Amino acid sequence: MSITCELTSKKAEESSGGVKWIKKHLFFMILCCLTTSLVIVILMSSGKEEETGSCNGEGRVLYIHQNVTRSEIHDLVSLFSDSDQVTSFECQKESIPGMWANYGITCSLNMRLEKEETQSVHDNSKSLIPWNLINPSGLQQSLLQPENHREGLDWELSSYLRNTWWCLILSVLVCHKFFVSHSKPPNEIEGKTNLQDSLAQKQQRACRGAGKGRKNILLLGVIAGVSMSVWWFWDSNQKIILQRRETLENMCDERARVLQDQFNVSLNHVHALSILVSTFHHGKTPSAIDQKTFGEYTERTNFERPLTSGVAYALKVPHSKREQFEKDHGWTIKKMETEDQTLVQDCVPENFDPAPIQDEYAPVIFAQETVSHIVSVDMMSGQEDRENILRARASGKGVLTSPFKLLKSNHLGVVLTFAVYDTDLPPDATEEQRVEATIGYLGASYDMPSLVEKLLHQLASKQTIVVDVYDTSNASGLIKMYGTEIGDTSEEYISRLDFGDPSRKHEMRCRFKDKLPIPWTAITPSGLVLIITFLVAYIFHDAISRIAIVEEDCQKMMKLKARAEAADIAKSQFLATVSHEIRTPMNGVLGMLKMLMDTDLDAKQMDYAQTAHGSGKDLISLINEVLDQAKIESGRLELENVPFDMRLVLDNVSSLLSGKANEKGIELAVYVSSQVPDVVVGDPSRFRQIITNLVGNSIKFTREKGHIFISVHLAEEVRESVNIKDAVLRQRLAVGSSESGETVSGFPAVNAWGSWESFKTIYSTENHNSDRIIKLLVTVEDTGVGIPLDAQGRIFTPFMQADSSTSRTYGGTGIGLSISKRLVELMQGEMGFVSRPGIGSTFSFTGVFGKAETTSSFNTKFDLAIQEFKGLRALVIDSRNIRAEVTRYHLQRLGICADIVSSLRTACTCVSKLGGLALVLIDKDAWNKNGFELLDGLLNCIKEAASTRPTKILLLATSATLLERSEMKSSGLVDEVVIKPLRMSALICSLQETLVNGKKRQPSRKRTDLGHLLREKRILVVDDNLVNRRVAEGALKKYGAIVTCVESGKAALAMLKLPHNFDACFMDLQMPEMDGFEATRRVRDLEKKKIVSGEMYSSWHVPILAMTADVIQATNEECVKCGMDGYVSKPFEEEALYAAVAKFFESAG
Amino acid sequence: MDTLVAQLQRQFRDYTISLYHQGFLDDQFTELKKLQDECSPDFVAEVVSLFFEDCEKLIGNMARALDQTGNVDFSLVGSSVHQLKGSSSSVGAKRVKGLCVTFKECCDSQSFEGCVRCLQQVDIEYKSLKAKLQDLFNLEQQIVQAGGRIPQVDI
Repeated sequence: MSITCELTSKKAEESSGGVKWIKKHLFFMILCCLTTSLVIVILMSSGKEEETGSCNGEGRVLYIHQNVTRSEIHDLVSLFSDSDQVTSFECQKESIPGMWANYGITCSLNMRLEKEETQSVHDNSKSLIPWNLINPSGLQQSLLQPENHREGLDWELSSYLRNTWWCLILSVLVCHKFFVSHSKPPNEIEGKTNLQDSLAQKQQRACRGAGKGRKNILLLGVIAGVSMSVWWFWDSNQKIILQRRETLENMCDERARVLQDQFNVSLNHVHALSILVSTFHHGKTPSAIDQKTFGEYTERTNFERPLTSGVAYALKVPHSKREQFEKDHGWTIKKMETEDQTLVQDCVPENFDPAPIQDEYAPVIFAQETVSHIVSVDMMSGQEDRENILRARASGKGVLTSPFKLLKSNHLGVVLTFAVYDTDLPPDATEEQRVEATIGYLGASYDMPSLVEKLLHQLASKQTIVVDVYDTSNASGLIKMYGTEIGDTSEEYISRLDFGDPSRKHEMRCRFKDKLPIPWTAITPSGLVLIITFLVAYIFHDAISRIAIVEEDCQKMMKLKARAEAADIAKSQFLATVSHEIRTPMNGVLGMLKMLMDTDLDAKQMDYAQTAHGSGKDLISLINEVLDQAKIESGRLELENVPFDMRLVLDNVSSLLSGKANEKGIELAVYVSSQVPDVVVGDPSRFRQIITNLVGNSIKFTREKGHIFISVHLAEEVRESVNIKDAVLRQRLAVGSSESGETVSGFPAVNAWGSWESFKTIYSTENHNSDRIIKLLVTVEDTGVGIPLDAQGRIFTPFMQADSSTSRTYGGTGIGLSISKRLVELMQGEMGFVSRPGIGSTFSFTGVFGKAETTSSFNTKFDLAIQEFKGLRALVIDSRNIRAEVTRYHLQRLGICADIVSSLRTACTCVSKLGGLALVLIDKDAWNKNGFELLDGLLNCIKEAASTRPTKILLLATSATLLERSEMKSSGLVDEVVIKPLRMSALICSLQETLVNGKKRQPSRKRTDLGHLLREKRILVVDDNLVNRRVAEGALKKYGAIVTCVESGKAALAMLKLPHNFDACFMDLQMPEMDGFEATRRVRDLEKKKIVSGEMYSSWHVPILAMTADVIQATNEECVKCGMDGYVSKPFEEEALYAAVAKFFESAG
Repeated sequence: MDTLVAQLQRQFRDYTISLYHQGFLDDQFTELKKLQDECSPDFVAEVVSLFFEDCEKLIGNMARALDQTGNVDFSLVGSSVHQLKGSSSSVGAKRVKGLCVTFKECCDSQSFEGCVRCLQQVDIEYKSLKAKLQDLFNLEQQIVQAGGRIPQVDI
């Protein structure tokens, strides 16, 4: 059974995953089944082995024993035959085979009993065996018995097995059904289209099926339990009944045997008496016995015949000798008076009628005192006695009458008659010889009821059973010799009795007095099993219903969860879609507003338009942020992995935000550690976004004075805090330096170390040894209002600002930080901050970037300039060390070596020492403090020290108006004013202006930008407007391109013959006759034809860029649709032009 | 001599700034000026003169179109306005460009009066711009003649 279950459980595993939970229940059920079956098997096997073992053993023993005893018996018989008991023994030897068969059965039953019954019973049964074995037929039968017995056992065993198999088959069926019901649902729902629905249904079905399955199992378990209990009850009840029956049998047999023994003993005595009579009455003349002697003798030897009520001797008297006989004895032979049933005491034989005339008579001559009334009665006249006499003398043995009412006593009785012969007859004498030799008859009457009563009194437990004795010689009707009507007639056991008369059959029927008592011993355990079963079933039912409830709840939860998730996704999608959809029209709005502002507006109108434009821009940025947030939330945001120059990005950000910062008078400084490689691999736009966000926030929350300091370090630098090479970092890490004002602007700030400490990524050494990964630590320090302590916990929660008044004071949505944090997490970094209200905040984040394959810098456009500056020396005069370091960093980027002095005073000595300085950079703070005299002194020093090249003096200022700058320059004290924040491009411009040539701005930044790309490029400009054409031509020529102009689409088509002579074409869209779209379409058609005909060539595709004043994106899409490669706004803006052409020429050139 | 140059330079700077402030010119004119270098020393003048020629021609066209009372071809006027708008934005003639936007709307709404009014305004505007730029160029020439450098004016 367990194997089947295991198999099915395997099947269950193979079936859908939703049925997984079943395993547990199944496992439990298997366990239950296993235990049950184990118990059954153990019970059975122990019973079986015991039985078969004992039986086989017993049988073998019996067989051997029989073999042994067989010979012994023969000896015994030969021995016995010499004794005077030979006849009786012979009698027994030839006794009824049926009786022996009966014994055989007893024997077999006893054998079975042996396994359970007590030793006494065992002995009893063993003692029976020799009896049994005497008869060869009985022996054979008993020999056959073990086999029969074995068959019986087999049957019993098979019934056990059958029960078990039924259980097994039932369980297999149920299991099968169970799994069929489980394997079906997935197939049924395969067709379902809605995935979620089908999933839910699947689960539901699986659940329902599971519940059903569990209930089935429970039902099976209950059935199994109940059937086991019933089986147990039936089994033990059967045993009890069997035991009872066996007890009955034993008792019955015992009684029968005792009765028989007693009877046989008295029979022998009667026989002896007959021999006595023949010896002393007939053998002696004159007779030694008269009535008196006989009466006395018989009275005195009565103890030997306890069962006889009396003995009498009758003489065989032929009719011829009747008279003589009557005369001799002095009385007439009387007829037996059967009708008269008066009591013995009242009976007077003299009153009997004389016997009628017959061939012969058998008048009683001697009689025991108890039956003296029958003297002179002719025994032949009684029907029963006559038959008896005739049979006795013919057989020569003792014969019995059928039970009849004894003469003159109201008891049933039998009369035993022995014939007395005058001569010794040979054993093989014929009947005639016997009849001839007969001279008299000895009769003994047995009073059956009293006899049996007496006997039973001697035996124990007479109260429990009722015994009936029957004469069964006459097959048609049984004659009851003894017995009552009481007792349980349903169960009866019959024992054969052998009283030594082969023509007479007797049997003893035994039954219990009481009905079968209620079999408590069977009921109790089975009842217990039943109770346990129901209890367990109840528990299981409870558990199952609980599981069902929990599962239902779980289902509900899952459904709700799915719905919630779907809602969340829908929300994100909605946000993304709506944001995107809003962006497009907003672009239109902004474009139009811009155009509106270009029109002739009065001051008020302009103000309104500007406000609208500003608001629109804010809205767009908000929408972008929301879009980002939605993208991040829905997991659709993926970071790019492109190489980029971090310093350039930071330059970009600082230039972008410098306007705002300068407005507020905040100093913005960028510092990148020299250990950070030039090029890293990552997502520049996202990096920029984070920085912009943090710096934007800082600007927003910083008061009128102070600074914002962006610094980038390697995480390793911070980790190895023992020997820090980087000067800036060393200063910042020094305890209390930030707080005491050793900062960029001199205002105290929060030490960044607080936020770095908590970063795990700095200290985790995983990926550390990987050469392809660098960890950057970016810090943005400001001297803003700081974040209130109670708000610091929720600062990264979207749309949650420090407090609600913040948005009123400072504006903004508060989504930026949350996005930044998520972006940092996408970069496998962490973001943290320390903030102290009133002092400022320092935000830090780490990010993992890749190392670029090539170390070559990106800013090739500055290469020329850097070449120019390389090797120059400069002096930085700044009272603030960190700021000076920042300046030095920027100069180092240009290849300029810088020394730092803290004041103008010390500068003078320095200048004279160093000599050969190309540049002196003075911070405005140092300037203001020390006044002009010192500067003059410095100038003199410089002039003295100046060798070939004049040293240029540059002023570094946070903010300076045009006027101020002009004044300073014209004052002749300084050569150039550089507006902070410092950035590479601006610095290069300023330096070029001052260093190379004051008058000519030869290598302008724009030139280096686009000149690189457009130099020597043949470009076709198509515009119907002469002025536009000329401007475009001028602009492109400026960048070194060879420009050809045409005024219409048709002319352009004529010029753009294949193969192309032009590297690019700028095309106006709105032209008479043939507009830009149409012209482009035609050109593309031509190109396509060539490509189809197989003449593939790289110049088959000329880049065509639209020139448009339209800022609405739809136009752009249309451009792309008709085959254009991009668009530039008209009039040309450098950035846009650069971006548009860069695509084509960077790869080509 | 230096003082004259300086004076002229200041005058030039002030005048340029005033032009920007009064809305005659915008950044595009600055861009245009940046395009001028040794290779094309009269680039701005050339472009500006081209622009004015274009203006004259277009205004003449439009005036003719609008003269035909009854069946004014607004589309013709419209395309001319568009061209003028393009030219003016290329040059950086902010006021003209602004007028062109209004003019275009009038054309689109087929408002004859509006068109005529706009045309008149455009005519006035371009002429005044022409005069102002002429002054500016004269100033430049004077500075050059005086041996000075044309100052860079940052707006």
